[in-house]
Amino acid sequence: MAKKRLIQAINEALCEEMERDPRVILFGEDVKISLFGDTKGLAERFGEQRVRNTPIAETAMSGMAVGAAAAGYRVVCHMMFANFLYTGFDAIANQAAKLHYMTAGQIKLPIVYMAVMGAGRSAGAQHSDVPYPMLMNLGGIKVVVPSTPADAKGLLKAAIRDDNPVVFLQPARRGGEQGEVPEGEHVVPLGMADIKRPGTDVTIVAIGAMVRHALRGADILQQENISAEVVDPRTLFPLDVATILASVRRTGRLVVVDEARTTCSAASEIVALAAEQAFDRLAAPPRRVTVADVAIPYAPSLEKAVLPDEHTVVRAVREVVGARR
Amino acid sequence: MNTTADKTSRPDLLALYRRMLLIRRMEERLGDVVQSGELPGPVHLCIGQEAVAVGVCAHLTDADWIASNHRGHGHFLAKGGTPHAMVAEIFGRDTGICRGKGGSMHVADFGRGILGANGIVGGGIGLAAGAALSAQLDGKGRVSVVFFGDGGANQGVVSEVLNIAAIWKLPLLLVCENNGFSEFSPTSTVTAGEIAARAQPFGVPGVTVDGNDVISVWRAAGEAVTRARNGHGPTLIEARTYRWRGHVETERSFLSEKYREDDEIAEWRGRDPIVRLEMQVLEGGTTQAELDAIRAEIADEVERAYAEAMADPPPPDQSAFQHMLA
Ligand SMILES: Cc1ncc(C[n+]2csc(CCOP(=O)(O)OP(=O)(O)O)c2C)c(N)n1
Repeated sequence: MAKKRLIQAINEALCEEMERDPRVILFGEDVKISLFGDTKGLAERFGEQRVRNTPIAETAMSGMAVGAAAAGYRVVCHMMFANFLYTGFDAIANQAAKLHYMTAGQIKLPIVYMAVMGAGRSAGAQHSDVPYPMLMNLGGIKVVVPSTPADAKGLLKAAIRDDNPVVFLQPARRGGEQGEVPEGEHVVPLGMADIKRPGTDVTIVAIGAMVRHALRGADILQQENISAEVVDPRTLFPLDVATILASVRRTGRLVVVDEARTTCSAASEIVALAAEQAFDRLAAPPRRVTVADVAIPYAPSLEKAVLPDEHTVVRAVREVVGARR
Repeated sequence: MNTTADKTSRPDLLALYRRMLLIRRMEERLGDVVQSGELPGPVHLCIGQEAVAVGVCAHLTDADWIASNHRGHGHFLAKGGTPHAMVAEIFGRDTGICRGKGGSMHVADFGRGILGANGIVGGGIGLAAGAALSAQLDGKGRVSVVFFGDGGANQGVVSEVLNIAAIWKLPLLLVCENNGFSEFSPTSTVTAGEIAARAQPFGVPGVTVDGNDVISVWRAAGEAVTRARNGHGPTLIEARTYRWRGHVETERSFLSEKYREDDEIAEWRGRDPIVRLEMQVLEGGTTQAELDAIRAEIADEVERAYAEAMADPPPPDQSAFQHMLA
């Protein structure tokens, strides 16, 4: 297995899927030159028909993805930064998420809306959101967030082959991260969480860029003889409730690390599930480690002040482990 | 582009007549049902506008795509949707085209290229452009058509799609049914300039036609479809027409004042596209007896569709929890 950057893993997935299925098409703003490197080389390789630069027109793009998918293609629609999903949200929320249902299954919509998300780059509030909470609430769209290069490749391949609309959100800060990536056919089924580190005393569920903080936090906690299990949901909708709750039942303690704002975050949902379905096994109240209900600020010092990191994770775990019910 | 063929060729007037009359009778019947209070949800009738849907769809086959709007029954039927499946859907029956999960504003039949009516004003425009992209990639000469209102013309997605469709030469027809009202606002109070002229800056042909004259609509659509099928790109057609009925059938129950004059409605009723076509058909040699026979057939078809649909069962409750994901 070769070590690759996460962005290369995504590029490899796109390349392999376009090679495998001639009905996979891709469009978005400047996808030929590729801002992030994820779509680099695709136009040269697969031609200007299947890989197209669009004008800056998110409303049209998100809607065209639906129409092109309804008419028989598997569409990858690159929305650039995840905040721009808001600009194109009508067709995502009102069309893509609902047409299969409203037509009683007459139509399948194999669409991947891909975008780069998250804070930590001083990009300011309009380029730093993680919009998955509202996407999770739509019900008709799968929501995928990888944390490693291998997962990024495998999840994206699965997303492209899926017959549902999928939003694939790549944590911006992890684009350069290196990791082993299996060659060729490596598909990570959607809806399956992954235990990134086994442990016995506490379950840390961490999403996207937060997984690394959770793992580093777990290293620190190990020195204090606290054994933390780190679970990466990978797919946020539908959630792998079984894997998450099985871990919580084993450890009796839960901390969820999420880069979303606290209110109605993914962490809120996971904590609610634990409260509803594993209450009798909880030795302490679960904790959410999230961004306060503020926009992401620009100045590096301010940004650092609002974002979770390994130290906030460690503090939260210590409290949960120290707490008695 | 070869347009002369379209200018001289003639449509099958009786086929157009049949379709327009079917839409008219289906809608009238629906209006009656609203009065009786038996309908579960809102309906937007297209009475008076039938010529637009029929004149355009006469050029299309099941392999072509249409997307439509909240006033979509006429488009559904003009594109070949089944009357019974539509009525059953509007009544929320299990036999409805969407098994009672869509309703009046969401009648869709993908097997016939009907991407669906749409509850979001302007929502169909991106969808149709996407289908046009698919049609272009398939390279089989298919076209895609979107019907929207003068109100829908003010959505930003219209310019986004005019731009993309022009740049990519997509086989797309944007058909704006200008019926004089954007909900309850007269068009002139919310819409600047001429809608057809909005195509011009994008280098897209924009034409205005009399939307109450099915032959004019048919001609303009024929040229646009030929252009699209030949790879020459999109056309914007503005069809001037008028909606006879309310924006929504129940509007009198919640509106406290009138938003148009009875005289105006009467004047437009005098320009009934179906009566106009009847006269043309009779001039062309069809006899009154032949027309009466068609009327009787249509009345029968409509009656059967409603009787069947009303007797059909509602969907099982369990189905409400199905089909969120494929
Ligand atoms: C995005 C959106 N905004 C507002 C509405 C409410 N609404 C439904 S129909 C309508 C008027 C549409 O007018 P027009 O496009 O001219 O079509 P017409 O009703 O005249 O056929 C409005 C405002 C809606 N359904 N969707």
